[in-house]
Amino acid sequence: MDDMQKVVLDYVIEEYLEDEDEEIDVDTPLISGGIVDSFSMVSLKRFLENKYDISIPDDKATPEAFDTVNRICDLVKEYVK
Amino acid sequence: MAFVKEQRDFYQNQLKEIEETGTFKKERFIHSPQDADIEVEFPAGSSLKKVINMCANNYLGLSSHPEVVKAAHEGLDSRGYGMSSVRFICGTQDIHDELEKRVTEFLGTEDTILFPSCMDANAGVFEAILSKGDVMISDRLVHASIIDGIRLCSADHDTFKHSNMKHLEKKLQLHSDKKNKMVITDGVFSMDGDTAKLDEMVELCKKYNAMLFVDDSHATGFIGKTGRGTHEKYGVVGDIDVFTTTFGKALGGASGGCVSGRKELVEMCRQKARPYLFSNTISPVVVAGVLKVMDILSKTTERRDKLEENTKYWRQGLTDAGFILKEGDTPIVPIMLFNAKLAQDISNDLYKEGIYAIGFFFPVVAKGQARIRTQISAAHDKHHLDRALEAFTKVGKKYDILGKSKKEVIEMYGL
Repeated sequence: MDDMQKVVLDYVIEEYLEDEDEEIDVDTPLISGGIVDSFSMVSLKRFLENKYDISIPDDKATPEAFDTVNRICDLVKEYVK
Repeated sequence: MAFVKEQRDFYQNQLKEIEETGTFKKERFIHSPQDADIEVEFPAGSSLKKVINMCANNYLGLSSHPEVVKAAHEGLDSRGYGMSSVRFICGTQDIHDELEKRVTEFLGTEDTILFPSCMDANAGVFEAILSKGDVMISDRLVHASIIDGIRLCSADHDTFKHSNMKHLEKKLQLHSDKKNKMVITDGVFSMDGDTAKLDEMVELCKKYNAMLFVDDSHATGFIGKTGRGTHEKYGVVGDIDVFTTTFGKALGGASGGCVSGRKELVEMCRQKARPYLFSNTISPVVVAGVLKVMDILSKTTERRDKLEENTKYWRQGLTDAGFILKEGDTPIVPIMLFNAKLAQDISNDLYKEGIYAIGFFFPVVAKGQARIRTQISAAHDKHHLDRALEAFTKVGKKYDILGKSKKEVIEMYGL
């Protein structure tokens, strides 16, 4: 796991998981799996933009693009200078 | 545009998929007034069956109360059937004003404005009060109507883990730069039956200079010593900035809702809330009925006291039988089943036993959290609850879920 994957995974675990026994990895479906609802995606987008000093266009911040940690990292890398 | 065959086929396939998952909802036709005992036609065309209703929001048993019905008749005779108008044009009668004042007094707020429903109140309140540069911070389990209302508002939005005060405080710190902040919660959560920690939330809101919004639809009339609501239970009457609540549950069960709170915020709704400006006023017959309900509640707490006793008895009975319940002390008692089809099947079997209780599953609740949500009423007598417990136990044994843990039920039936 690279640094970005770890940062994003740690944030998702802290921000969204309620049950202690719920385990996720970089390919766990977050939105389609019901862990992150599309309403709560907003805080994830804000975190990524602040952490990596980027701006993700709203039309790119889709449930599909945010569905796994790996997909999120792919999206972030498109915008990181 | 013509509804061509391809479109018809597309939607028929979508509906077929829902049916195949065993989660297709079918209405049941009730041929009697709403009460603890009702007569039901289900499936359509079958003969009427007498069943015990365990899933109405009729918490105080007032939906068919003879005094309420009589008052509604008198309202029809004295004020007519419909106003054919929105409030601000020619849709306000003296009885609308009277009801707003009665609700203000009952809730301990500064002012109240009626809406055609609490769904409408929630749709209109946020966009009337907040705008760009403000932030709404909502509990992750707020009602669907609040989510819809938040979506209509241009203020920023964030969420906090359900009832997690540490997480809420983090979010208040994160958004400390916003002009106006509003923390948003249900008073009693409609699917889980737990209550918001309003005392702690009031303290946090004071600390971070945020407003507090509470939808008390599943509390007004019966939560708290005199039934004022969740704020009375937590000793924070006068500290809630905005309430919404409904007249469609404990307060008669017909229709209508309101926003109640700080007078400036209520006035903003009167000036700007779209459902208030563009939707028909509450009909006089409903207002007259709710006014009678307010009279009844102001005289005695016997109904909310009976509801409290019934709730304790019901929760204890289900726990003793071996069902998994969500923790709480409200009359909303979810029996956790986790699997959607299991919830649907148990609901159907309960119906055969003469008990009317519905299964709830995605998207009404999160995936893997299917349940049968029972709701207790002051209209229930002990014999209703005993009969229902007997039926639940019989059906629970059939599916071998009694005394099982969550893990064991999921292993048997999946998620």
